[in-house]
Amino acid sequence: MTLVRVDRRQALATLAASLLAPVTVRAAESDPSMKPPSALYLQARTVLANGREIRTARVTLDLPRLAENGNSVTLKIDVASPMTAADHVRTIHILSEQNPIATIGRFHLTPRAGRAFVSTSVRLATTQNVHAIAEMSDGSLWEAQAESVVLIAACIDGG
Amino acid sequence: MRPARIVVPETAKVGEIVEIKALIQHPMVTGHTAAGANTEPRDIIHTLTVTYDGAEIFRADFMPGIAANPYVAFTTVATVTGDIVFTWTDDKSEVTTAARTLRVP
Repeated sequence: MTLVRVDRRQALATLAASLLAPVTVRAAESDPSMKPPSALYLQARTVLANGREIRTARVTLDLPRLAENGNSVTLKIDVASPMTAADHVRTIHILSEQNPIATIGRFHLTPRAGRAFVSTSVRLATTQNVHAIAEMSDGSLWEAQAESVVLIAACIDGG
Repeated sequence: MRPARIVVPETAKVGEIVEIKALIQHPMVTGHTAAGANTEPRDIIHTLTVTYDGAEIFRADFMPGIAANPYVAFTTVATVTGDIVFTWTDDKSEVTTAARTLRVP
């Protein structure tokens, strides 16, 4: 009886390990060996930068680390800005590295916002990095990026 | 006109930063199907503008990467009692407007 129990436990452990294995592989894949950014993304980024440097600071992008359904992923963007007439965020751009269209949306703010904040729901075609790029009233560009592991892909209607 | 929901506080103090949320029912048809890109006509809401007491305070350009039933949240500084008016426009030029009054005593 004891031996049988141990065997059962081992069998369960093996089963559990085999169930967990794909998840571990997926997580490992998503980090360094993730697909390189698409040519479309790089082009959209170049057009947006228009020769300006995009610095990584001042922007916070809150994106779920794991998106069960890529058809609707809610994100939040905050930018450190006094939001005065002289110094405010003019536009927040959301860019995707892997969607069929790199630019997801643009949000135009005014000093009347009081706070540089926007939240929306996006579609993610696959596991990827999303970038939030803030364009300030002085023309400077600041960004944050975040990765989301997508379980169900989006971007195909009815799919 | 499509069903839309807006969340705005009923009242706020002068200078208070209030959060505004809005959601509109729209399928946001990307035009991409299993058969490939642009295999059906695109029909998305491409623009949302928001005015407060007649002046524009927020504008969004949506691309097909925005989820169906587009949702946005943002903030504004309460100044005077006035209407906050949302206007959504889609690819078929269908326009939906919805408004809430923010009272600033």
